Amino acid sequence: MGIEDISKPYIYPDIELDRTEGEAIEAARKLYKQPIKDPDSWLEEDISRNILLTTVDAIINWSRRSSIWPINSGLACCAFEMIATAASRFDISRFGMEIFRPSPRQADLLIACGTLTWKMAPTYKRIYEQMAEPKWVIAMGSCAISGGLFRHSYSVVPGINMIIPVDIYIPGCPPRPETLLHGIQALQEKIKHQSIAKKKEQS
Amino acid sequence: MTLALPATEISAKLETQFPGSLVDSSGNTIVVKPESIFQIASFLKNTPGFDFDYLNFITAVDYNTYFEVVYYLVSLEHNHGLILKTRCTNRENPTVPSVVSLWNGANFQEREVYDLMGIKFEGHPNLKRIMLWEGFQGHPLRKDFKLQ
Repeated sequence: MGIEDISKPYIYPDIELDRTEGEAIEAARKLYKQPIKDPDSWLEEDISRNILLTTVDAIINWSRRSSIWPINSGLACCAFEMIATAASRFDISRFGMEIFRPSPRQADLLIACGTLTWKMAPTYKRIYEQMAEPKWVIAMGSCAISGGLFRHSYSVVPGINMIIPVDIYIPGCPPRPETLLHGIQALQEKIKHQSIAKKKEQS
Repeated sequence: MTLALPATEISAKLETQFPGSLVDSSGNTIVVKPESIFQIASFLKNTPGFDFDYLNFITAVDYNTYFEVVYYLVSLEHNHGLILKTRCTNRENPTVPSVVSLWNGANFQEREVYDLMGIKFEGHPNLKRIMLWEGFQGHPLRKDFKLQ
């Protein structure tokens, strides 16, 4: 900032303001003669002359797997790898799942990242039950898979699948963020092949 | 750095004050009988020169034949510390007087020792489990606790 020019009046007389406004309006009238073309106009013509064919399964699965919102819940130290996965270096948002929801009502994916103790188990089960269908669960790290190092402990649930069903298991102690991303992509691949129609019961 | 007081000087003083209550003393550790732990702790807290006004921690060790409850006393005024221990040979019903009325910080620590080791503290205002849930069978830090 320089020193203000004190010779310039701080408050302009309104006749000067009116003149400036009038100049700007006249300049605009000279400049803008033609309407600007809608940038999406080509799209409308193109689609009106075409038919897109897909199946219900394909479009539902595409939308489901492209916007998996995980719940913002960390059990133990694996949660830090999940945080690192969400942060800019590994950037989970490249795969359409960047929005970590703090409420289970808005989440699709429960990443069970860490050791689950028996004291936490009823609460965790409740979080899972509060999530709306469709919902998926990833067991991240050896503690969530099987209890890991603490399997025989008096206080640890030996595997998260004792209380909630698990779709994808990611090994590691803790798994690297790349591993978690790979696991989520595996979940996307799994969702890709799901069907909303009930399969025939095998006799 | 907190200076560890030599136990020999203190044990000589305690022996004259509370005859027959000391079990052992070596280094900076004094082992006393469980029934006199409260009087000795009270003496160490209130005597000028010792002024152990701060209880750093309470913990317990299972030596299979007996339990040992460990108190680490610190004086913030003189910046010196002392390790006080007591032993319970009764495995079925180990009991030690509570020191909550001396140091309020002992409240949760004694509950934790009770929870995980099963040592009862007589005179504790609210002696119940702190880590594990109500209804848990046994005390898991005991050596004879069976895991699944």
